[in-house]
Amino acid sequence: MCLFSFLVLIIFSFAFGTGLKSFKGIIPGILWVAFIFSGLLGLSRSFGVERDKGTLPGLLLCPVSPWEIFLAKMIGTLIFTVIMEIFTLLVFTILYNQNFLPFLLPLGLVIFLGTLGFSIIGTIFSAMSSTTRTRDVMLSILVFPISVPVIIAAVKATGLILDGTSIQTVFSWLKILVAFDFVFLLLAYLTFGFIMEE
Amino acid sequence: MTPKRIIKIPFEIITFLAMLAALYAIFLYAPVEKTMGLVQKIFYIHVPAAFLAFLGFFITFIASILYLYKRDLKWDAAAFCSAEIGVIFCTIVLITGPIWAKPIWNVWWTWDPRLTTTLILWFIYVAYLMLRGVVSEHQRANFSAVFGIIGFVNVPITFLAIRLWRSIHPVLITSRGINISTPMKHTLALTFLAFCLLFFCLLKSRIKLEKMRTDTEMVSALFEDKIHYQTN
Repeated sequence: MCLFSFLVLIIFSFAFGTGLKSFKGIIPGILWVAFIFSGLLGLSRSFGVERDKGTLPGLLLCPVSPWEIFLAKMIGTLIFTVIMEIFTLLVFTILYNQNFLPFLLPLGLVIFLGTLGFSIIGTIFSAMSSTTRTRDVMLSILVFPISVPVIIAAVKATGLILDGTSIQTVFSWLKILVAFDFVFLLLAYLTFGFIMEE
Repeated sequence: MTPKRIIKIPFEIITFLAMLAALYAIFLYAPVEKTMGLVQKIFYIHVPAAFLAFLGFFITFIASILYLYKRDLKWDAAAFCSAEIGVIFCTIVLITGPIWAKPIWNVWWTWDPRLTTTLILWFIYVAYLMLRGVVSEHQRANFSAVFGIIGFVNVPITFLAIRLWRSIHPVLITSRGINISTPMKHTLALTFLAFCLLFFCLLKSRIKLEKMRTDTEMVSALFEDKIHYQTN
């Protein structure tokens, strides 16, 4: 995941060349493309490994509810994605000479909320797509349309924070991120049992 | 001829007649719009199709919930067929929209909230249909029901996010300003009616087809079992 996001950043610097330094507006876009594409790699492994090794029935036999399996999987994905994102930010700082330190706290919050939303829907769809033959393709086709609000809100909020605007202007975007996370946690709670049925 | 059959035939004929009447109204009854000209007539197809696309996806949503609640495969079939027809109408909307927009707005596409949400909606339900194609038989109904629910719940959040996203920049075209004359209203009402009839006509025959397909599959499975049993 880390290596992949590193590569995405390199590709972007080739794609934009020297134009990147003069145009600050595309920084949040580059960051989130790196986050989401690399995050998707981690997601497909989340349940894919269980299917490949045939350990999913064992997991289902454990005396825990599907909701707990979901939470565990989701938190696992979240932790790895956040580690990858910290690494990506470090590499970005070095490659593009962009200082994130002054905005660390609000930026961290936005990235966390965005990643949480992405991990929630990603975990649901990873459980679905892991049963299919075209696993990775299906996962991206399912995840991307649903994650549109997360991507829009996260990219916009990141852009506003990097511009140094006050927290009030970012607030409406944070509301969308929080609403998305809540709604989809609730939906996962209600529906994950049906996905785990064999 | 059973009584059921007597009721069935008129429904399709009524739909056919209503579509003919709608075509007549669109091209001969409704006046040509002053500023937009002939291209405005696409509006009579575009608006009902948009409504029916949303209706189709809404039926998918409700049928998905009912399936998970009742565990009756007929709701799964209804959700699937409705999504399929919804995608067809959504495609019509996305094709007729740009045809109208090019001469009127001078662009094929703008990132207006309604347009963008419709496009995302199209992607979601194409994904829904694809998911059904790749998932194994015994999990298909559950997975697609969950996706049908998630996809629909996502729509208002997407719309909200896109509206907020666009309001940062000045939007060139805010409203289409629908202020139409009475014959135009009549035409629109008639096309709405005709399209609704067409929608339910398609839905009904599609569900019937789906039921026939599952029945045939069941019979052939039974038949194969029997042959298998006899040869052993």
